[in-house]
Amino acid sequence: MDSTILTFLIFWPLITAGVLTLVRSDRHDAIRIYALVATLLEFVASLYLLFAFETGAGYQFVARWVWSDALGVSYQVGIDGISLFLVLLTTFLTVISVWASFAGIKERVKGYFIAFLVLEAGMVGTFCATDLFLFYVFWELMLLPMYFLIGIWGGVNRIYATIKFVLYTITGSLFMLVAIIYTANVVHQHTGVWTFDLMVWSQFDIPAAQQLWLFLAFALAFAIKVPLFPFHTWLPDAHVQAPTAGSIILAGVLLKMGTYGFLRFAIPLFPAAFLDALPYLVVLSVIGIIYGALVAMVQKDIKSLVAYSSVSHLGFVMLGMCALNTIGFTGSLLQQLNHGLSTGALFLLVGIIYERRHTRLIADYGGLFKVVPVYGVFFMITMLSSVGLPGTNGFVGEFLILLGAFRSQTIAAVFGTAGIVLAAGYMLWMFQRVFFGKVTNPENDRVTDMTLRERAVMVPLIVMIFVIGLYPKPFLERMEPALQRVLSRVEQVRIVREQALTPTLFVGPAAVPVTNEPEEDIRP
Amino acid sequence: MLNTIWLIPVFPLIGFMINGLFGRRLTRYGSGVLGCLTVFASFILSLLAMLFLGEGPHRFTLAEWIVAGRFTVSFGFLLDHLSAVMAVTVSGVAFLIHVYSTGYMAQDERFSRYFAYLNLFVFFMLVLVLADNFLLLYMGWEGVGLCSYLLIGFWFQKDSAANAGKKAFIVNRIGDFGFALGIMLIFWKFGSVYFPEVFAAAPEMFVPGDTLVTAICLLLFLGATGKSAQIPLYVWLPDAMEGPTPVSALIHAATMVTAGVYMVARCSVLFALSPTALLVVAIIGAATALFAATMATVQNDIKRVLAYSTISQLGYMFLACGVAAFSAAIFHLMTHAFFKALLFLGAGSVIHALHHEQDLRHMGGLRKYLPATFLTFGVATLAISGFPGLAGFVSKDEILWSSFASPLGGVAFWVVGVLTAGLTAFYMFRLFFLAFYGKSRFSEETATKVHESPMSMTGPLVILGILSFVGGWIGWPKVLGGGNSFEHYLAPVFAAAEELLPHGVNHAHSTEFLLMGLSVGIALLGFIWAYRWYLRGSTAPENLKNKFPAVYRLVQNKYYIDEFYHLVIVRPIVGGSRWLWKYFDELVIDGSVNGLAAFVRQLGQAGAQPQNGYFRGYAATFALGSVAVLAWLIYVLS
Amino acid sequence: MIPLSHYLLVSAVLFGLGTVGVLISRNLITILMSVELMLNAANLALISFARWHADPGAHVFVFIIFVVAAAEAAVGLSLVIAIFRRKNTVDVDELNILKG
Repeated sequence: MDSTILTFLIFWPLITAGVLTLVRSDRHDAIRIYALVATLLEFVASLYLLFAFETGAGYQFVARWVWSDALGVSYQVGIDGISLFLVLLTTFLTVISVWASFAGIKERVKGYFIAFLVLEAGMVGTFCATDLFLFYVFWELMLLPMYFLIGIWGGVNRIYATIKFVLYTITGSLFMLVAIIYTANVVHQHTGVWTFDLMVWSQFDIPAAQQLWLFLAFALAFAIKVPLFPFHTWLPDAHVQAPTAGSIILAGVLLKMGTYGFLRFAIPLFPAAFLDALPYLVVLSVIGIIYGALVAMVQKDIKSLVAYSSVSHLGFVMLGMCALNTIGFTGSLLQQLNHGLSTGALFLLVGIIYERRHTRLIADYGGLFKVVPVYGVFFMITMLSSVGLPGTNGFVGEFLILLGAFRSQTIAAVFGTAGIVLAAGYMLWMFQRVFFGKVTNPENDRVTDMTLRERAVMVPLIVMIFVIGLYPKPFLERMEPALQRVLSRVEQVRIVREQALTPTLFVGPAAVPVTNEPEEDIRP
Repeated sequence: MLNTIWLIPVFPLIGFMINGLFGRRLTRYGSGVLGCLTVFASFILSLLAMLFLGEGPHRFTLAEWIVAGRFTVSFGFLLDHLSAVMAVTVSGVAFLIHVYSTGYMAQDERFSRYFAYLNLFVFFMLVLVLADNFLLLYMGWEGVGLCSYLLIGFWFQKDSAANAGKKAFIVNRIGDFGFALGIMLIFWKFGSVYFPEVFAAAPEMFVPGDTLVTAICLLLFLGATGKSAQIPLYVWLPDAMEGPTPVSALIHAATMVTAGVYMVARCSVLFALSPTALLVVAIIGAATALFAATMATVQNDIKRVLAYSTISQLGYMFLACGVAAFSAAIFHLMTHAFFKALLFLGAGSVIHALHHEQDLRHMGGLRKYLPATFLTFGVATLAISGFPGLAGFVSKDEILWSSFASPLGGVAFWVVGVLTAGLTAFYMFRLFFLAFYGKSRFSEETATKVHESPMSMTGPLVILGILSFVGGWIGWPKVLGGGNSFEHYLAPVFAAAEELLPHGVNHAHSTEFLLMGLSVGIALLGFIWAYRWYLRGSTAPENLKNKFPAVYRLVQNKYYIDEFYHLVIVRPIVGGSRWLWKYFDELVIDGSVNGLAAFVRQLGQAGAQPQNGYFRGYAATFALGSVAVLAWLIYVLS
Repeated sequence: MIPLSHYLLVSAVLFGLGTVGVLISRNLITILMSVELMLNAANLALISFARWHADPGAHVFVFIIFVVAAAEAAVGLSLVIAIFRRKNTVDVDELNILKG
């Protein structure tokens, strides 16, 4: 069971997608129910991971089959504390997205759900792969269905958006592909074997001279996906044009691929280069936090507002990583979950109102709180989670990130905290313009409140917002050991470097610790 | 028994959940009773907790909250004399205001929602005062801010209300920015965010005057200026009067806005270590007290007068904190909760009677229409003006005396305090006379409909009236033959801070009497002034207005601070963001990306030129190419 | 005996005719016939060389070319018919949708 569960999770959506091709394409209701049941089964199966997961035991549920001996490529999957919750987030959000698309998708229903199932397989595979070749295959596999989801079921300007999305992603990932092959070559030269196995790679110290370029190639692919400022402009376009469920998955899971990539590959494989690039990453994340928040404030379209808020939130996630201590790292990983839930929920809510009014412009709304009170309450809770109100999930993540960053990147943390003030600004201003005031447009008077299905889709998200906000411990304690391993790898390099005082590859503003406290933030 | 203290906040939370989820299925009666009873249960529990507390502080940890790396924080509650006083005051006043609200909001269509919010507020407020660590306090702190946002904007269909709610939340967040940074600094310095641990470690870790502890204190104080509406972040409170009046009484007068004072008092040990921070607190407090009082003198909206009065009184409390008279601050916090809640509820009764008329210029002569309101409002006016014997007198006098006698105080602080006291008496009696005396300035038609409020509203007024009268007696000063038992009660909480502070010289009783007499005299002057100008129908105010129109306009327009903030902060941010979006995002980044795409496309088009689609052209090229290759081969081979 | 050069000359003339036919004709069928002509010119050259070298190996090529030419004619003509059905023309100058 343990060694097959991940393989099941990866291939189950593919199999169901294959079966779905045989169904007659005009039986829309049957297709919808089928897709929902398939993803629900996937989610239930993925819950097994949560129960069987052993905290701190490294990679688990590992399976390995040789794919090509000559190339050293193997099918190798496994998860640890870093990927566990991201896999669960994926299966969870896929169920939500599929259910949320019941009313919105009326054309080419079959193709839509096939694309969604293939997408799920790609996402789960990406989080589970521990062989870089396999990782790359899944990484690119995700791109295809997303391309169609935006390009076929998207808004008016969907072709521009989807091509932009694909070109951005491809540009990054091709650099990564070159870096993967190059690294394999380096490993081959030193060990004499061809392998793409992450375990082997991460025990191997890549010469410092080569690390920087390899890191930059990986980091570019991931930074585009995150998206880190200034690689973010594909995101608002993609979000605005994507169908609701596409936005949920895009914000909820696909952006996490970037941050996950940093945690899983870029940082542990090239720790020395990461340390060198650290000051620049910090600056970019802080710019992202502030810039995303400022630009979000003046958006006219609710979806692009949420998209820019994602830029800001993902800036926090990156800042947490750059903190280079346990607190910042756990905050960063938790915030990835939080962002998936809260922003996913926000996109879902925007989609709900879009289905009724066919507009996303803030100016077209006003006074909705009176017309659709239930919707208003759901929206408010989600918004509060997004602005990080204590008691909701957003607070725990953001606070841990800032707390961690405060120690190692004090100035960045101060700016980040200012970003929280701005978050309240753009969210509340938008909320006021959409929900408060009098109903000025008579169209808005006819808007109906959420249906039973829509409430049922939202409730799990709201529950998770409060569960993580009030009792994050089960999440944090499972994440911590895995993050600790990444951290200690960077820490080793740093200690060696500090002792040897070797010159760094390029010189940047040094990170000054705030206190002169001797004790390091590593628990015994 | 004391392990049940976590239930104190939980009761209102239950009320919130039931009212919030099933409010529409409960009747109005049900919602109201539920709202009141849950808060009453908290009040009883707080009282019991206070009784059972005895000497020492009591800690109870309900559950762990966040654990990451070295950082741990739990849902832990701390009951000591300070939090007991706060919990009793908060839940008691909140209960009275809940009862009052059942009458005041009786006609509102979102009655159950209102009680849900109000209960949620009480929950967060009690969490705030009972928390045993900074982070839980912060949760309550932001939570009350949320409720304040929801309740200010309760009548969200009014744009002004929605704006005011948003403004309150964002201005508070600016303060919270400092607070959050302060907490982080505390954690990295002390390795803990629990009050007992931090306060125990602080004196050993720092020498008085350490820069780091000053930084911590100033950051925390920035949070306090936001929540407690002090310079420079006071601007949200006057606007917050858009909310229902009981909300103004509960949140924006009696409880939430005093959270900053509570927080500074709670961190007395830290502040005691930083004379600089204390000086800043005292200066901000004194300046705010005077500044807000001047603005209160010219407002015409009954609630806005009270709002500025609240800011001013909060300034007093911070002045007390700044001169390290923490128990005096808490004492004034408590008496202020009584009389200011009463003033707001009285104003609410007036507004209710006049069908939502808030302009003082349209009131007058209400004495005979609203006898109960008139009487209780009178008591509160006397109390806040410092009429000897009433609650406000006792607590305010203690602050004034401390600001003079404390080694951290000085004559300047005392002078500002006394000036403020005079202004307070002036503007309060101005309000009182304009509203209740003289001729009615409302229409005949309104006059026939004016009526005294129902029992549910007058009842709380009477109880608060009694408290405003006798509430100060528990802290009756020694010099007047009392025991100042309130100060003794709180002494253990502030003992650690006291030890760190320099001890003042003993002043003679005669000095204290003299100063007391002076302050009472100046308050009397304020009263007489108001009496002559507003009761005797003097034209002096008009003359003064005409003589100094610029000054009047300046004060009337609140010194244009709002406009200033708007011009200097809000507009540049919004304008700059628009610029960033339109120029940087769309022009620079997207422009370069799209430019690259356009370049590649043109390159492709140039390359596609020979592909003219004429098959025979391709064939001819092919043939010529073949001939050329052949010719070359022959040339090479031969 | 006729010398080899005569055969080759005929072959070259045939090939040239075919080429010119391909280049100047606008009718697809004429083009196809011209291509056949070019193929057979090549066949003639191959056979002549085979005779001259007395090496029968080249015959194999010729047979293969026959087969290919037959296939090409079949596929080509059916394409022409398909194009004609769709476009109602066999004029190559009008079939220019590949224009870049």
